[in-house]
Amino acid sequence: MSSNNNHHDHPKENFIQSYIFSVDHKIIGIQYGITSLLFLLFGFSLMAIMRWQLAYPGTEIPIVGFLFGEGGVLVSDQYNSLGAMHGTIMIFLGIVPLAVGAFGNYLVPLQIGAIDMAFPKLNAASYWTYFVGGVIMISSFFMPEGAARSGWTSYPPLSIFENGQTIWLISMIFLITSSLLGSMNIIVTIVQLRAPGLTWMRLPIFTWAQFVTSFLLVLAFPPLEAAAVMQLMDRVASTSFFLPSGLVMSGEIVEVAGYGSPLLWQHLFWFLAHPEVYVLILPALGIVGEILANNTRKPIWGFKSIIYSMVFLGFVSFIVWAHHMFLTGMGQAMSAFFQTTTMIISIPSVVILTSYFLSLWGGSIRFNTPMLFALAFLPMFGIGGLTGLPLGLAASDIYLHDTYYVIGHFHYVVAPGTIFALFAGIYYWFPKITGKKMSEMLGKLHFWPSLIFMNGIFMPMFIQGLAGVSRRLADGGQSYAHASGVLEWNEFMSISAFCLGLAQIPFIVNIIMSLFSGEKSSRNPWDSTTIEWAAPSPPVGHGNFDKPVNVYRSSYEYSVPDAKKDFKPQFEK
Amino acid sequence: MSGDNSKEAIQEHIRVYMMVFGALAVLTVITVLASFLKVSTSEAIFLALIIASVKASLVAGYFMHLISEKSMIISILLLTVFFFFIMIFLPLISYTDSAGVHVPWVSIK
Amino acid sequence: MEIPYSIEEREDTGLINSKLGIWIFLASEVMLFGGLFSAYIFLRLAAPPGDFEYWASKLSVPMATVNTMVLISSSVSMVMAWASLKLKDFSKFKMYMGITLLCSALFMVIKYFEYTSKFSHDIFPSSSTFMAIYFTLTGLHGIHILGGVVVMLYFYLPFSHQLWHDQPEHFTNRVEALGLYWHFVDLVWIFLFPVLYLL
Repeated sequence: MSSNNNHHDHPKENFIQSYIFSVDHKIIGIQYGITSLLFLLFGFSLMAIMRWQLAYPGTEIPIVGFLFGEGGVLVSDQYNSLGAMHGTIMIFLGIVPLAVGAFGNYLVPLQIGAIDMAFPKLNAASYWTYFVGGVIMISSFFMPEGAARSGWTSYPPLSIFENGQTIWLISMIFLITSSLLGSMNIIVTIVQLRAPGLTWMRLPIFTWAQFVTSFLLVLAFPPLEAAAVMQLMDRVASTSFFLPSGLVMSGEIVEVAGYGSPLLWQHLFWFLAHPEVYVLILPALGIVGEILANNTRKPIWGFKSIIYSMVFLGFVSFIVWAHHMFLTGMGQAMSAFFQTTTMIISIPSVVILTSYFLSLWGGSIRFNTPMLFALAFLPMFGIGGLTGLPLGLAASDIYLHDTYYVIGHFHYVVAPGTIFALFAGIYYWFPKITGKKMSEMLGKLHFWPSLIFMNGIFMPMFIQGLAGVSRRLADGGQSYAHASGVLEWNEFMSISAFCLGLAQIPFIVNIIMSLFSGEKSSRNPWDSTTIEWAAPSPPVGHGNFDKPVNVYRSSYEYSVPDAKKDFKPQFEK
Repeated sequence: MSGDNSKEAIQEHIRVYMMVFGALAVLTVITVLASFLKVSTSEAIFLALIIASVKASLVAGYFMHLISEKSMIISILLLTVFFFFIMIFLPLISYTDSAGVHVPWVSIK
Repeated sequence: MEIPYSIEEREDTGLINSKLGIWIFLASEVMLFGGLFSAYIFLRLAAPPGDFEYWASKLSVPMATVNTMVLISSSVSMVMAWASLKLKDFSKFKMYMGITLLCSALFMVIKYFEYTSKFSHDIFPSSSTFMAIYFTLTGLHGIHILGGVVVMLYFYLPFSHQLWHDQPEHFTNRVEALGLYWHFVDLVWIFLFPVLYLL
């Protein structure tokens, strides 16, 4: 996107141009990475406060208790705010920017042998839009109304009249715009900027995953943007998009035109939010694929089936959304349709997971830190996926909907699922990004407690959910007799959560220490086959590679008989 | 548009643009006139959308050059149109195919 | 370093980056307006019978018909502006771009009168769900027109004329991308007009 003709002389850029408003995808990827990791930490802290309340109801919250009224104990409004903001921040400010904004932006151009993304300035714009959206979202905590508290799902009529929602909606508009710009950039980059010889079927799984994910973001987010505008108008312009007639609040009739529909919000929201969960998992599946191939020293089993499954998954993800709405009084035909499509969508996930398990068979497995996280991902994602099945069938969902079972299900997929894959990716690509190696010892110290405590938090949730404990209860279910037998798990789960937090300390220490005094890394420390390892570590500032990239074979030529070592990189003759 | 960069090709395109302009003007008049026909609501909706679709196809096909566009673009658009119809029709059907819980509208005015 | 395929097409896809990029953006816009159209249908079903027809009758069909013709004309002048660039006639380009800008301004002026006449009769988005979706759909469409006008001004005023002199193909491609966006805005109106004003 340069407006002058010369290629090699750049005017000397100042600090602001080079690092703050950089248009280099590597800097932007790092910006996304740091910002999203900080947001993840913040979102985690919100949950830790909630979990204290659930474990020790009525007691003062340590350290930050002074921020909350009533003697350091959460009142229900505050609990609800923490809940809604935890979900929102983890998904929209944490995972998606990390998985797509950070990993996608940094690695896709490198993996396809390109010098940058197709639209570098647009890339910078998408980061800064995300940043502004994030600031707005966090600022809601400091506003007089307080932060949003109607769930991350923001269902009307509650969300129309509850506090904090207006800022949430404005922030979402920025975040959605950022996402649209970023994903459009990724699609054009992958289609147009692949190196010579890099055909579609030679693309690594990671890049395919980013490609499908970007389509989901481009096509599924806009209806939510439309719905957010409508909800904003309901709040500030007194429209009745989502408000039915005859609403009574605090004993008084609500003076609105009426004839609106809360169901309309649910349809438009879930039209995005279902593909959104595949946005959360697909990049993770991509990362795991790379690391498994590399550390089994074998090509991934069923590469083509995996790719077709990812594409099919992306497609079907658009027609399953109403399985979140089984309890809204839908008729038999619709219920049957959505149950069927939901069952169908489990097939590609199973194909991918099974292929990954089969890839391990006969492999020369190296148990380094990225591999440990990638291996743990497999059964964890399996549990997450399997526990989704009763939720996709209306008969069982009627009982399990909005219980802790649901929370357990989706956290298994996202927490020891996606987040583990993202950790694996950070350990795997850290040498490429920084030119330094991370400590294996600290990595293992991070991994094992994290795995144990993740299960400690989320496994009992299935027990609580099956007993009928509803989600989003500020008192944790204490006022319900049917919950009494299972609430004793709360203390165990909360302690697991706090220990999980402590288990992240080795990770943070590892990153900082390795940045400054880590062992220098070679170009290809993991002996990998994909193109990003052709670049120096870290890659060349402008242009990534120090010689032209050509691709000669598919992405996972490991254990090739006549190779110099035990692999043939894509980029070497 | 690298194949047809010649002056003649562009002039031919311009002729087409003018013809489409004429067609669009006529169709706009027809749209308004059709709204005065005494037909049922669903017939009126059908008619209006058909005429609008013809106009839209002309704009998309000739002004936006979709008629000669590369397959990558066409496939992305077909995918989009498919999801567009899903988004229009499935909520609609779920509204009409409900389990009978919609109460008659209470007028409180 | 130059990003490849900004000006010359990539062989296997036959596309330049900006063309693919703008079409993907337009695909997302189809879903954006589609969400609002879906809302229209849902709200119409949810309203009592005849409610939407009652409120729609308060809209001015003549004003909207004129606006339809104005927008279609602007679409023609936009594509003619691009064709002039292909014929290397920069002054014709400026003339046609100027016409497009005038048509856009006229559209917004008529829209301004439409809106103010509603407000002066105490009709607001809060008055009914029809009015809510009417103002939202036409308002969002209007914001898209304004966005297009900003980019048009950028190409019309001397800001970017250096690019025409240095890299005419690049300039032409950018105007083509703008044109595609503008035709899309016209397309949305082609559906908005009958749905909101005539049904």
